[in-house]
Amino acid sequence: MGKRFLMKGNEALAEAAIHAGCKYFFGYPITPQNEIPEYMSKKLPEIGGVYLQAESELAAINMIFGAAGTGKRVMTSSSSPGISLMSEGISYIAGAELPCVLMNVMRGGPGLGGILPSQSDYFQATRGGGHGDYRLLVLAPSTVQEAVDLTMLAFDLAEKYRNPVMILADGFMGQMMEAVEFKEIPRDENLPDPAGWAVGYMKQRGSRALVKSLYLDPEELEEHNWKLQAKYAEMVKNEKRHETYLWDDAELLIAAYGTVARIAKTAINELRTEGLKVGLFRPISLFPFPYDPLEALPKSIGKILTVEMSCGQMVEDIRLGVGKDMPVSMYGRVGGMTPSVEEIKDQVRKALGR
Amino acid sequence: MNETKIFERPKSLVDVVTHYCPGCTHGVAHRLVAEIIDELGIQERTVAVAPVGCSVFLYNYIDVDAYEAAHGRAPAVASACKRLLPEHVVFSYQGDGDLASIGMAEIVHAANRGEHITVVFINNAIYGMTGGQMAPTTLVGQKATTCPLGRDPKLAGYPIRMCEMLSTLQAPAYIARVSVAKPKYTIKAKEALKKAFLTQLDGKGFSFVEILSTCPTNWGLRPVDATNWLEEHMIPEFPLGEFKTPE
Repeated sequence: MGKRFLMKGNEALAEAAIHAGCKYFFGYPITPQNEIPEYMSKKLPEIGGVYLQAESELAAINMIFGAAGTGKRVMTSSSSPGISLMSEGISYIAGAELPCVLMNVMRGGPGLGGILPSQSDYFQATRGGGHGDYRLLVLAPSTVQEAVDLTMLAFDLAEKYRNPVMILADGFMGQMMEAVEFKEIPRDENLPDPAGWAVGYMKQRGSRALVKSLYLDPEELEEHNWKLQAKYAEMVKNEKRHETYLWDDAELLIAAYGTVARIAKTAINELRTEGLKVGLFRPISLFPFPYDPLEALPKSIGKILTVEMSCGQMVEDIRLGVGKDMPVSMYGRVGGMTPSVEEIKDQVRKALGR
Repeated sequence: MNETKIFERPKSLVDVVTHYCPGCTHGVAHRLVAEIIDELGIQERTVAVAPVGCSVFLYNYIDVDAYEAAHGRAPAVASACKRLLPEHVVFSYQGDGDLASIGMAEIVHAANRGEHITVVFINNAIYGMTGGQMAPTTLVGQKATTCPLGRDPKLAGYPIRMCEMLSTLQAPAYIARVSVAKPKYTIKAKEALKKAFLTQLDGKGFSFVEILSTCPTNWGLRPVDATNWLEEHMIPEFPLGEFKTPE
């Protein structure tokens, strides 16, 4: 095992991005993710990068549009209301096929909501907060170490698909301290060369680059849309990620992601000591959603309990995955409240009639 | 007979028919920018950021690396591009709705950060592409489709003077207002644009050139009448000249 560092989640996310070769950050302060821009504002100038505090999230995401258009590794981070403000720009970035990494350290909504952890931006992240038929790759870590690993992966995926990748974390992960290791991951050698499409290479390429999402001719726009859809289909084919835990003999399956999955694991371990056969299904990629394992559940599973820090968002994908014959219930805490181990255990006992 | 070519299309200006209306001065402004790019020999290292508005297709006419930005956000796009490509020459080209209305925050803050970009601001006192609605620079009493009785300052305030406003900031290096309505103005407009691009090339900071322009279609005037209207009504409201020059 390599050297481990005790770090706050937000700082670990920032350091992971730097490890992945990201030298450019544009953002606007918002709780609970401020340690990310603070860390970047100190570190990036030291390595010849750029940290720029924008005048708003609107400006920040359009700076990302400008920066990503050069083909270099760039990122921004924000939290729920800030991501809403950025959503127009995210649609433009997806439409123009620009690679970048976006971090959403989710807090409670709707509106200004609160500043405590939440998972209520699942729909926004997976169904598109902005306009048009576009998709983000969405990765949801459940530990700080996983947040580090997925952040490094995110930059490769962004370049591979020329698409924005979102790290969907919650305020818990941002604020929690854990020991993390920054593994040296060999860079994917097959990533497309930005000289082929980005601005800044006109001399080398012999022709200019055009970064845009405008296609006024409806036939062209339709063609562009089908091209994007073909790309999203490739993501669905190649980039589904999930974890199962004690599910081979489970009678009840808890479905949860992010911090909640971690709490659920503790509940599962304790319920197992009571003799209750409970397992976990944890999506890691939220888009593409790992439906396949839900379509081939172990025969022992008779019920699914989805636990979320929302009023019920991911549960819709669980239902899509398992079909109408499998009973699926939902337990949610919202507004910055977190489901406790005891609450989850009670919900399981109730569902199993114990 | 010896023939000497004394006038030709700039190399960086694409040889196509533009979509602009007869009498519109966007074409003149485009040409001036293209001439300067050629004269400075910077075509292969220039990046244009197009706005939303009539000049949305700027990149169809000027042959350089280009972005099509979201409405009003061109200065943010240009700021980031220039920070990442400091050896490139980055300019945005924006109309009055794009720059002085929806994009007011972006232009003020890009100017205030002293971004090393050049902004070409086309002020024709109206929304052109959407069909003649009131702009932040529409004159008091000037009719538009959304102020059919003329702009009433009690309801809609007064025209915003961008050069004067940005000149209150410390960071900008070069700020000028010019026009291209008649040749005598166009010659000065080119001088100002060249100074603006040189300001960037010399690393002196943010440069901004406002160009008073005509919109005969939406003003409801013949092209020649439009140039006269600009002279009689716009120039008194938006005085020409240099507001800031690099030290």
